[in-house]
Amino acid sequence: MTQPGKIETTRGRNSLKPSDEEIAFLKDRAKFCRLETIRLIEIAKVGHYTSVFSAAELFSALYYDAMNLRRGEPKWEDRDRFMMGKGHAAVGIFPILADLDFIDSGLLDGYTRLGSPLGDHPDMTKVPGIDFSSGSIGHALSAGCGMALAGRMSDKEFFTFVMIGDGELQEGQVWEAALFGAHNKLGKLIGIIDRNGYQLDGSVDDIIGVEPIVEKWQAFGWETHVVDGHDVAAVATLLRTLKANDERTRPVMIVAQTVKGKGVSYMETEPGWHLGYLDPSDAARAIAEIEAMEI
Amino acid sequence: MSKPLSDKSWQYRQLNAVTPGLDALSDALIELVAAGEPIVAGTADLQYSNGLAKFHAHHPDRFVQFGISEQNMVSAAAGMAAVGMKPYVATFASFLALLCCEQIRMDVAYSKLPVRLIGHHAGISLGFYGTSHHATEDLAIMRSIANLTVIAPADGNQLMEVIKAANDYPHPIYIRIQRGRDPEVYADRQPFKIGKAISHYAGTDLTIIATGSTVHPALEATRALRAAGASIGFLDMATVKPIDGDAILEAAAQSPRILTVEEHNVLGGLGGAVAEVLASEGLPVKLTRHGIYDEYSLIAPPTHLYAHYELDSKGIEARAVRLLEERV
Repeated sequence: MTQPGKIETTRGRNSLKPSDEEIAFLKDRAKFCRLETIRLIEIAKVGHYTSVFSAAELFSALYYDAMNLRRGEPKWEDRDRFMMGKGHAAVGIFPILADLDFIDSGLLDGYTRLGSPLGDHPDMTKVPGIDFSSGSIGHALSAGCGMALAGRMSDKEFFTFVMIGDGELQEGQVWEAALFGAHNKLGKLIGIIDRNGYQLDGSVDDIIGVEPIVEKWQAFGWETHVVDGHDVAAVATLLRTLKANDERTRPVMIVAQTVKGKGVSYMETEPGWHLGYLDPSDAARAIAEIEAMEI
Repeated sequence: MSKPLSDKSWQYRQLNAVTPGLDALSDALIELVAAGEPIVAGTADLQYSNGLAKFHAHHPDRFVQFGISEQNMVSAAAGMAAVGMKPYVATFASFLALLCCEQIRMDVAYSKLPVRLIGHHAGISLGFYGTSHHATEDLAIMRSIANLTVIAPADGNQLMEVIKAANDYPHPIYIRIQRGRDPEVYADRQPFKIGKAISHYAGTDLTIIATGSTVHPALEATRALRAAGASIGFLDMATVKPIDGDAILEAAAQSPRILTVEEHNVLGGLGGAVAEVLASEGLPVKLTRHGIYDEYSLIAPPTHLYAHYELDSKGIEARAVRLLEERV
C-alpha cells in the first residue's frame, strides 16, 4: 500500500492502471503541491502560481507514480530523469523533492532568501533531485535528448522525462531537439507539453500561435498522445503504459491539456496571473478553493 | 478578475502600475513616433516587464510581438532596419546579449544596421530568478563586438535622452537598463551625448566611475565621503563604448586612485574598459574594479544581493574607504 509521501520503484508493477487508492494519493499530492506553492510564494512575495497549478497533477503522476526513484537517493544513477523547460514552475517541485527526502524540508522555509539553493528556477548545482537546471526557455528538450542518448550509450534503462511549456514551443531550439530526438530514435525520451494556453504576455495563440501541435510533432517523427493533464489517473495510466514499452524507437510527445491556474477560480479567468503575488487575505481564499477542489 | 482582490495582491499585467518607472522606454518611443520617425518596437513575451505594453497600446501597428523567440526577433529587427525602419527590440539582457550574441554580431553589428537592442533587467536585478536570468557578462560581450555602441543609462530620464540622441546615430546600439525602479539621478532631462562621460565632481583623493544601475548608489557614496572631508571625484560613464578616454585621463591626472563600480563581472566591462585606457597611457594610477568578482551571484531579492556584494551605497562607500586607506 502506498502511503502519502512514500514512493516505491515502479519497475515490475503489474497493472497499467492505478488503483482507487493510488489515485486518491496522487490527487492528494497534487493538492499538496499547490498549497505549498502558495506558502513558498508568500516568502518570496512574487511567483508563478498558475504555472504550477496547471502542472500539479503532472508533477504528482511523475514523481509519485511513473518515475523510478528511490526515497532519499537523489543521485541514484539508474533513476528516471526529469527536467523542466518551464523552469519557473520550480516552486511546485521543491516541496515534492523535500517530500521525497531529496532535500531537507527546512530549506523550503528559506525559499529565495539570501544564499538559498531554492530560487525561482531549478538549479542542478544547488538542489539534489534537480536533474538539470533551467530558466532560459527552450534548452530542456535538447538536454533531455543528450541524457536519453547517453543512457542508451551506457546501457542504462532509465527514461528521461522533459516537461515544456506551450509558449516554449516558440523557441527555435525546441525544434532542433525535435529533429535530433527523432533522428536518433530516442525511444526512452518522453516529452510533456503543459498546454495551458497562456504565457507572460497573453494567450499563446495570440502571441505566436503553435497549433497544430500534435501534427507538428507527428511530422517530426514523434509518437504523440493527448491527455487531460488534470485527470491524474489518465496521466498515470498513460505514463505507465509508455514505460511498459522498452522497444520503442520513436521519442514520445504528450500534449497535456491543462488550465492555467487550475484550482483557483480568479486565476483561471485572469491570464495575468502567470506572475504575481497574493496578499495573505487572497491567499486564504485560494487555499480554501484548493482544499475544496475535486478534480 | 472574477472578484476584487486586495490592493496588495498584484499580477503581471499590473506591473506598470506597480512600477511607473517602466513608462520611460515607451514614452521615449512614443515621442519619436509623434515626430514622424519610422520607429518599430518589438519584444519577446515581456511587454509588461519592459513597459512596452504602453507603446503597444498607443501604436499597435508599430509594435511586434515575437513570442519566446529572441533570436528570431534580433534577426527580424535587422531585416526591418535594412528596409528603413528604426527598430527597438527589448528582452532580458541575459537572453538578448547572451542567447542572441551571434545574431547581434552578424545580422546587426557586422551589417551596420541601426537596430537598438534594449537589454533590460541587466546585472543581478532579477535576484532570486537565478543565474539564467542574470546578465553579468553582457557589457563585456557587447563591448567586444565591432561597430556596436554600448550605453547604460542610470535612470528613466537619461534613458529617454539616450533614445533621443540615438535617433540619428548611424550605428547599432546595445542599451543596458534595469527594471524600471531606478532611483532618480537626473531630475531633468539633460541632452545626452553618446561617448561623453558626465562629470559630477572632481576629486584629488579618488575618482569613482560608475555606469547604469551603479550610478545612483555610487553617487550617494561619493557625497557621503565628500561630506566626511575626502576629495572624491565622480564620473557617470553611461557610454561604455566608445569610452570617454579623455575623461578617464583627466580623472587620473587629478586623483591617484580610481574605483570603477558596475553591476557586472569585473572582467571585461566598465572596469576593463577603464583599465585599457589607463594601461595604454602607462599612467601610475591605482585602479580598483568593483562589481561581481568573476562568480555567479547567489539567490536573493535584488536589494539583499546589492548589500551582500557591496553594490549599494554603503557597500560602495566601504569599498572606497578601503581603497583610500591603500598607499599610492
